Amino acid sequence: METNPFIWPFTIGLLFISCFLIIIVSIWISGLSHIDKSRIVHSIFTRKSLLAIRETFMESLLHRKIFRKNLVLGYMHMSLAFGWFLLIVVGHIQAWNYYRSLSVPAYKAIFFRYFVTEPATTLSEKTLAACVDLLLVFILSGVMLAYFKRLNSRVFGIKKTTKLKAGDRIALTALWLIFPLRFLAESVSAGIHHNGSIVSQPTGQILSSLLPVHSLEMPLWWAYSLALTLFFVSLPVSRYMHIPVEVVLIFLRNYGIRIKKRIDGYSRIQVYSCSRCGICLDSCQMTHAEIKDTQSVYVLKHIRNKNLTDEKLFNCLLCGRCQSDCPVGLSLNDLRITQRIESTKEYNSSYEYLKNGPVEVSPQTEVIYFAGCMTHLTPAIIKSMKEIFAVARVKYWFMDEDKTSCCGRPLMQVGQYEAAKKLIGHNQERILASKANKLVVSCPICFKVFNEDYALPGITVQHHSEYLLELMVNKRLPMNKMPLRVVYHDPCELGRGSGIYHQPRLLLDEYAEVIPVKNEKETAFCCGGSLANIKIQMNERNQIRDEALEEYLSYRPDVLATACPLCKKTFAKSNKLPVHDIAEIVYMAIQEKQNLQKTEYKKEMKMEFWK
Amino acid sequence: MKHIVIIGGGIAGIETASALTDAGHWVTVIEKEAQVGGKLNNWSYLFPDFTPVDKIKSVLQEKCSEKDFSILHQTEVSSIHRKNGKFNIEISGEHQLEADAVVVATGYELFDARRKEEYGYKIYDHVITSADLEQLLLPNGDLTVAAGENPKRIAFVHCVGSRDEKSGNHYCSKVCCITGVKQAIELRKRLPEAEIYCFYMDLRMYGKRFEELYREAQEKYDIEFIRGRLSEASEKIDKSLLIKAEDTLSGRPLKMNIDLLVLLVGMEAGKGTASAAASCGIGCEDSGFLKTADSFLKSNFSEQEGIFLAGSCTAPMSVNDTILHARSAAQEVNNWLLRR
Repeated sequence: METNPFIWPFTIGLLFISCFLIIIVSIWISGLSHIDKSRIVHSIFTRKSLLAIRETFMESLLHRKIFRKNLVLGYMHMSLAFGWFLLIVVGHIQAWNYYRSLSVPAYKAIFFRYFVTEPATTLSEKTLAACVDLLLVFILSGVMLAYFKRLNSRVFGIKKTTKLKAGDRIALTALWLIFPLRFLAESVSAGIHHNGSIVSQPTGQILSSLLPVHSLEMPLWWAYSLALTLFFVSLPVSRYMHIPVEVVLIFLRNYGIRIKKRIDGYSRIQVYSCSRCGICLDSCQMTHAEIKDTQSVYVLKHIRNKNLTDEKLFNCLLCGRCQSDCPVGLSLNDLRITQRIESTKEYNSSYEYLKNGPVEVSPQTEVIYFAGCMTHLTPAIIKSMKEIFAVARVKYWFMDEDKTSCCGRPLMQVGQYEAAKKLIGHNQERILASKANKLVVSCPICFKVFNEDYALPGITVQHHSEYLLELMVNKRLPMNKMPLRVVYHDPCELGRGSGIYHQPRLLLDEYAEVIPVKNEKETAFCCGGSLANIKIQMNERNQIRDEALEEYLSYRPDVLATACPLCKKTFAKSNKLPVHDIAEIVYMAIQEKQNLQKTEYKKEMKMEFWK
Repeated sequence: MKHIVIIGGGIAGIETASALTDAGHWVTVIEKEAQVGGKLNNWSYLFPDFTPVDKIKSVLQEKCSEKDFSILHQTEVSSIHRKNGKFNIEISGEHQLEADAVVVATGYELFDARRKEEYGYKIYDHVITSADLEQLLLPNGDLTVAAGENPKRIAFVHCVGSRDEKSGNHYCSKVCCITGVKQAIELRKRLPEAEIYCFYMDLRMYGKRFEELYREAQEKYDIEFIRGRLSEASEKIDKSLLIKAEDTLSGRPLKMNIDLLVLLVGMEAGKGTASAAASCGIGCEDSGFLKTADSFLKSNFSEQEGIFLAGSCTAPMSVNDTILHARSAAQEVNNWLLRR
């Protein structure tokens, strides 16, 4: 078989990157827990693999999520990823078809036009050659957009972007050169040998009439091979590691593997899957307070480079807006919490004073009510809940009326995992001892930890918005739609954190008029009051809050409604409009109706009297 | 004859008006309420010597009736414009006044205690503010709580809405410490059996006879002062209150059952102050109070020539400080008019 020395850089580069990837992915997978490893073994030959393949196709190749963000940006990514993928596949088919063998070395496919100097003769050869040509044009259109994006990123819907490191620059330069060089090399060869197809042949003819193509052919194929090599070699130190690693991530995620409370192979895979596209920069509200170096993309970069400081790690609200925008679907909040757990020293958390005395709860108790410490700072919510329980005749046990330990979530958010576990254990025992089977929580921060980190078999955990909706649906609450224009603010821990968007709206809609706003549900703002950030200054919090309020105020609501005591407190401090929890609004409506009924009753009584 | 318009008919406004009238000027006072006196009308007795407010009020009333200045009641200023060295003051949207000088004496607002929701004001029955208590301290005031009984245990919370980053007010309201001491003593006189506690951060007894009164409160009237801020209050079924705080001197958390909670609310700049200030080109401090041209030498001057400031629109101020500030404002206005 004929060969040429220019294939060697490419072949060595390919060998290097293949070995590197196999080794590093093996290390990561061997760093998974036993359960996760058995998850892989048990899932690999199931439907989950098919789903993973589908997701890889939709996200890694077609880049569906980026398309949703911006069409031009989506096209750019798709043309490069999907185009290159097809080029490799079609290139190999072309080679297999020509050599009538499946064991053709990779370079024969990649440098096909160099080695096969005779023009395509059969229909299949002609079709494949045309396909390769068209795919190359397709990719080149993406490369052109990439050049253009460097000049003007706003067209692509990106306001801010990340800075490149040396490794990224090398890989990026290589990536930008690969396809133009290949196109030139193929066209020049076509100009000499007339072996081109629909695009490369005419280009080759033009080039041969202008340039000394014979002396250009070898340098161009060498340059193409070297560009590929450069890309392969710089891949491990560049952000383009996300291309191969993201595929691994998609498979593991489909097998049910999740981020743990400690750094493991899977969290490493997540870190390397970040493409540093910078989409998270645009959604981060910290920029409203001029904080521009703590966003997820930077934290992941610093984790990879082992130079993450606590200043950056802890200066984040954990609102999760970046997570819902991330095109790779990284678990950015959990990753940050894991990192916080690792970098936090356990402090005085013996909690020896917590003693589980006997829990005396009447056997008829329907519901355990846990207000949470933030709700104790907003007693209007507790009062409303108590009144509503009375109206609906619910027998409940107010678990933290007097003395209870914290739910553990704020400790969890700042990385005090061991301390949180002690509180969780304490509360868990009390809840189970009560023998009730429903736990209603007024604070979304507590709700999330009860839901995710407590072991409460047989007990349904509900946020009060879900519970009140249930009471209403079961006709245990009077109905009364008030003429009140309400904007509903999704609390981070309830919305993005726990996926509860609709229940509060359904409930509110029965008692007031809910006005939809631009940034709601998945893209809802954080109030700025988050307990998860222990670095931020009060004035910075206020800036974040005011920016969010500005949007809400533009809809001219009578009331800003929310379902979290912390959000309520944060917004109420601004003193710009009345802020109420969803429970208060329900109680307000019920009370209004009852007062109305009373006066009507009195009127009727009077009428009867006069008769 | 020069015409001076004074905005606000509280202590500062009336005192300035009276002094300027004495100096031979034509003075008009614009007051948004039906009566003069401003926030003084909500108070019963004044620290540090329990002077009945009526004494001060009657002097103000006398000045209003005897001196030759006019008061426009239930009138508000819509805009102020400078024209040919004079001020055009549009009032209640229709009339216009022309003035040679303007004195802003718009006073303060009480901090709305509902903004510290954790204390339960207007949510729990027996949480009141110092202003509410002042009415109850009158001889016919009803101090009883649930079941018609007198409160057995009472707690005061200092610095509600002052020195509090969370409510956005970083400054000290200056008068609440001594108000708390005064009211605690008055309560003790009415309720000899009750336990009375004051929760404080610092006690700032800056004025004449303040420190002595504070000592008396402890030694003679047996009022207990606990250094620590209240974190929250909750209401029990019998409408009594459970409060949680930290005793920072003994370094431990504490919980207490009480029958009445009094919030010593601070002072804030009036709601319309910022917009009013902007409309006539004078500035506000970060605290929201009006900016004086120099804190030592020109405490009655605004940033605009011809617009003067008097009283608690510039900073939290006690009644006696307000009277002095108003008199000095009158002096400055007079000197300024003579120089022109």
